[in-house]
Amino acid sequence: MINKQEVKKIAKLARLELTDKEVEKMEGELSKVLDYIDKLKEVDIEEIGQKDRFLNLENVFREDEVKNDLMMKNEELLSLSPEEEQGYLKVKSVLR
Amino acid sequence: MELLNFTISRIHQGLIKKEFSAFELCQAYLKRIEKEDKNISAFLTITEELALSQAKEVDKMIFSKKEIPFLAGVPLAIKDNILVKDIKCTAASKILENYVAPYDATVVKKIKEQGGVILGKTNLDEFAMGSSTENSAFGPTKNPYDLQRVPGGSSGGSAAAVAANFSVYALGSDTGGSIRQPASFCGVVGLKPTYGSVSRYGLIAFASSLDQIGPITKTVDDAKIVFDVIKGKDPLDSTSFEVSLESERRKMVLEELIIGVPKEYFLKDMDERVEKIIRMVIKRYEEAGVKIQEISLPHTEYALSCYYIIAPSEASANLARYDGIKYGYSEDDSGNDLLAVYFNSRGKGFGPEVKRRIMLGTYSLSSGYYDAYYLRAQKVRTLIKKDFQKAFQQVDAIITPVTPTPAFKLGEKITDPLTMYLSDIFTVAVNLAGLPALSMPAGQIKDEISGLGLPLGFQIIGKPFSEDEILEIGSLFNNGLI
Repeated sequence: MINKQEVKKIAKLARLELTDKEVEKMEGELSKVLDYIDKLKEVDIEEIGQKDRFLNLENVFREDEVKNDLMMKNEELLSLSPEEEQGYLKVKSVLR
Repeated sequence: MELLNFTISRIHQGLIKKEFSAFELCQAYLKRIEKEDKNISAFLTITEELALSQAKEVDKMIFSKKEIPFLAGVPLAIKDNILVKDIKCTAASKILENYVAPYDATVVKKIKEQGGVILGKTNLDEFAMGSSTENSAFGPTKNPYDLQRVPGGSSGGSAAAVAANFSVYALGSDTGGSIRQPASFCGVVGLKPTYGSVSRYGLIAFASSLDQIGPITKTVDDAKIVFDVIKGKDPLDSTSFEVSLESERRKMVLEELIIGVPKEYFLKDMDERVEKIIRMVIKRYEEAGVKIQEISLPHTEYALSCYYIIAPSEASANLARYDGIKYGYSEDDSGNDLLAVYFNSRGKGFGPEVKRRIMLGTYSLSSGYYDAYYLRAQKVRTLIKKDFQKAFQQVDAIITPVTPTPAFKLGEKITDPLTMYLSDIFTVAVNLAGLPALSMPAGQIKDEISGLGLPLGFQIIGKPFSEDEILEIGSLFNNGLI
């Protein structure tokens, strides 16, 4: 279960603007999903230690070098941004 | 000549023998899309110019008597969460509505190098989150077998495009069943490769420990051809592996093959029509001499819960990049407040399902809930993986249903997220365990009211990196050899 206050708190953490209607809907929907997910509490996980990883991943290293064929032009990437100025991304002021 | 019902090898032969040109073929497909896709809405973007220029290049090669690769001149469609340079890539989200891909995904690069002809980008559930393609910000795709029904999702546009003969094959992505479930609903073949078999570079990330790109095709043989082109280690995706190019394994002997049937995938209250078809498939293998063995995957009933913690958690982190600053939709109605740009851009840019998953993931990862949800889910994931490891000590492959029902009606499940999530019940465990799995047509179920036949698939699950084996097992059935 999750209540409206918690929904608002999580939305803030997630940087999501939700309308009052959305908050209300989310309360019901998330509660239902969380109730279902609670099934996991039945599982005995004692035998699983921290080291038991689900994927056999190892660290992968590479040389730290410039690959020219992967280079993209600054302008190309900046042209995707909503606002730019003189070769920089433009954002609202952070310090006031 | 009917140019639209061909397999990849048939097209390859036709091009070499000059029965038709790549240009003619491409035009025929584009014409069909133009005429018919208004009923189905499989495509979000048609890349006519790109397709025709690629086809011309292939014709030039053929004209100058150069040898052409298998995929040269073969028209394909690409799910709109895989980047094609200079073409819009929306992930079916308002937040990326005008985003133009600045580079090619590795799979796209490989297909372009072969001379593939890219017809367009296909519809999906927003950011690949969903099981019906109804979560697309640009409207749902319809099932070509019954326009009242969903094509499945999230790769619904790709599966519908292949089923409706809009393209010879398509690329999809599969995080919890997003290739296999729509393949089942649309009567086509879908391969979800082993985690790491295919590079994810240039795939818009949803849940990085689960996502995998794979082919959707008309036949199992075609799935193998496409998989062989797109697989392999990529320095740009450090989770990718080199899969041995030529399998050294001995030729498959049917009488030595053991196929497992997990009892947890045949529930007491399951759809009888589905059970009947899947049992029929199993019987066909048995009659051909394959040994069928009942097995148990005891943690199956927890897979869906586990998935709906892990996938949203990873998604909430992956989707943090959409902030209205670097690219994508930006809500600039917020005075001089940077934080408000984040809140409003995300609040207005994301659709309801994406928001739900971000919320669910943020909740699972938040202080005070992390141990109870995320950490516990990771441990259950390990148990699910161990179930499969144990099973594969006794059997070579596992056969199960792909979906609990055939394609459902548009609007039937969209209002109840949990009911929608339950349609992934037979596919999510495969992603959690990182295994390869093939979905292929098993038969059809006749709808009592409309009288229309609805396709249904079965699933062959294999050991890690055993794609060749499950494809071979599948091709026996697909080619009517058993």
